[in-house]
Amino acid sequence: MDRELVHPFSKYLRSAMMPHIWCSGCGNGIVLNCFINALDDLQIDLDKLVVVSGIGCIGRIAGYTNADSFHTTHGRAIAFSTGAKLANPELEVVVISGDGDLFAIGGNHFMHAARRNIGIKVICANNFNYGMTGGQQGPTTPLESLTTTTPYGNIEHPFNLIHLAAACGATYVARWTTLHVRRLTQSIKRVLQKEGFCFIEVVSPCPEIFGRRNKMRTGLEMMEWFRRASVVENFSDPSKAEISSEKIVVGEFVNKEKVSYERLLHEKIAQINEKRVEW
Amino acid sequence: MSGRRALISGAHFMSGDIACAEGALCAGCRFFAGYPITPATEIAEHLSERMPDFGGIYIQMEDEIASIAAVIGASYAGLKAMTATSGPGFSLMQENIGLAVMTETPCVIVDVMRGGPSTGQPTLPGQQDVMQVKWGSHGDYSIIALAPSSVQEMFDLAIEAFNLSETYRVPAFVMADEIVAHMWEKVVIPHASKIKIVSREKPHIAPDKYKPFAPDGSLIPPMACFGEGYRFHATGLTHDERGYPKTQDSEVQSRLVRRLCEKISKNADRIIKVEGIMLGDADVVVVAYGIVARAALSAVRKAREFGIKAGLLRLVTLWPFAEKHVAEVAKQAKSIVVPEMNCGQIVREVERAAKETPVAFLSKLGEDPHTPQEILELMRRNT
Repeated sequence: MDRELVHPFSKYLRSAMMPHIWCSGCGNGIVLNCFINALDDLQIDLDKLVVVSGIGCIGRIAGYTNADSFHTTHGRAIAFSTGAKLANPELEVVVISGDGDLFAIGGNHFMHAARRNIGIKVICANNFNYGMTGGQQGPTTPLESLTTTTPYGNIEHPFNLIHLAAACGATYVARWTTLHVRRLTQSIKRVLQKEGFCFIEVVSPCPEIFGRRNKMRTGLEMMEWFRRASVVENFSDPSKAEISSEKIVVGEFVNKEKVSYERLLHEKIAQINEKRVEW
Repeated sequence: MSGRRALISGAHFMSGDIACAEGALCAGCRFFAGYPITPATEIAEHLSERMPDFGGIYIQMEDEIASIAAVIGASYAGLKAMTATSGPGFSLMQENIGLAVMTETPCVIVDVMRGGPSTGQPTLPGQQDVMQVKWGSHGDYSIIALAPSSVQEMFDLAIEAFNLSETYRVPAFVMADEIVAHMWEKVVIPHASKIKIVSREKPHIAPDKYKPFAPDGSLIPPMACFGEGYRFHATGLTHDERGYPKTQDSEVQSRLVRRLCEKISKNADRIIKVEGIMLGDADVVVVAYGIVARAALSAVRKAREFGIKAGLLRLVTLWPFAEKHVAEVAKQAKSIVVPEMNCGQIVREVERAAKETPVAFLSKLGEDPHTPQEILELMRRNT
């Protein structure tokens, strides 16, 4: 009897949840692909992996990954993960969510988890808008972009997520686009082996909802923008990591060693109990 | 300090907030996330000192939304987890309380009620959140809420809340008030081995057969936690028994939401606790809870001295509501009196359950709860 052909990566996916909800040309599949490649390269123990997401198109990624996974309320993936990681520091907790989820409604949790240096890994698919609700302006929407709620052009200054993450104290900060699949996979592998709060921004195409209002009707056109504009400037000044139609600064910006909150906490608990025994 | 490492037992003089924190530790709580707020702050302060004794986690989060989210995460990672707050923080928590309900997360939320709305009167007592605890998050759901009326009960009901929460996989609430939280009283704590502690039921089947939201016989699904090899998914979206989103399926929505409500309503008789005092021949019954029940008891005793056949039905469990107990006393009583530190919340439930029996309401807002004299006066007018 012929053996059923099984994709070597199918063990990383919940096939019962397929087909996925993402549009053609969307970059979320590339994020998932790079994530799975990183898991496979490192032979990560899936029984100790927790994938957490918030609300938005990319929020479904937690359900698609064949590990323990949790799809939280809008913006709360990092706060939820803080609890999970502290409760069981042996878990590898990865948050994969969108720019609106992590930096508008969830911005406060991002800042404080980075400041505390909680050992969770945050991957943000930045598609410049709220895709799932039909393309509204968000905290990363470029100036003058057209969205369903900025029909006359966006006048809000977007966040530079790299600058924000670095300023808040993240131990690792990188930005790639979905065009940079090898480098993105490398970065994901790096954060899966690092202690402390790590952040990767993935500039991701949303042709159906964002691109078509901004003269990039297809995924290919958006990828063409990434190819044309991306400049690798590793360890350059995060405050200058711009995203514009002319230039997308990508690379690794921060990679430092800093003891994680959970290690400090458990060392502190051990110290307290040692002292009490001595007394 | 070394003697304090273990759970305490014996007679102690302590505040309600501290008793609540000690009760939680006794129940096996090993994770606390919170945000400072009067009059619940002492619970956090005490646990920040005591958690390390048990290897437990204390973390002060950036707000109450984060606190409850972290509690849900910690519970899914396998620890018994709690937060404590007051009105403004409780309002912020509401969305994620819905998430805890939807994902059937065992967790305990202490709301030390103060005067609202909004910032209100932070240092003064209230009972104004007793409907919010039932209805505060959107959608249909059921929770369990308890109302301590003494420092002893701050300890006892903290344990009870954990036990119920773990049994029914539902958030359980300790609806305290500023007075029981800040009051100092004697608390008698049995040896830990004598206290009944309940923990969530774990799955008994192989990981590949496990469905995280499939109830086995009872209406409550056994709970695997992160890292145990079950590789399950949980979501705030409407989901099937595998935990997979089913956002377009009416059948799944109906089955899930009805089960979430029925696992509490069908077990109401097991969950509900009341205290009945002198109800046997009572013509007039006071229905009260929290600190107000103490004044009510005093008033009932005084009434008996005056020859009024008075009784007290004290609600220990606020939700699910003790409908049968109220209906039972209403059959015999000529009238029911309900004093509350709000503009009329639980009294609506009492009226509904009491049917034809007239219900008189006595509202108090601000610093002082009802005096026994005020309740007695109302009883006299209603006999």
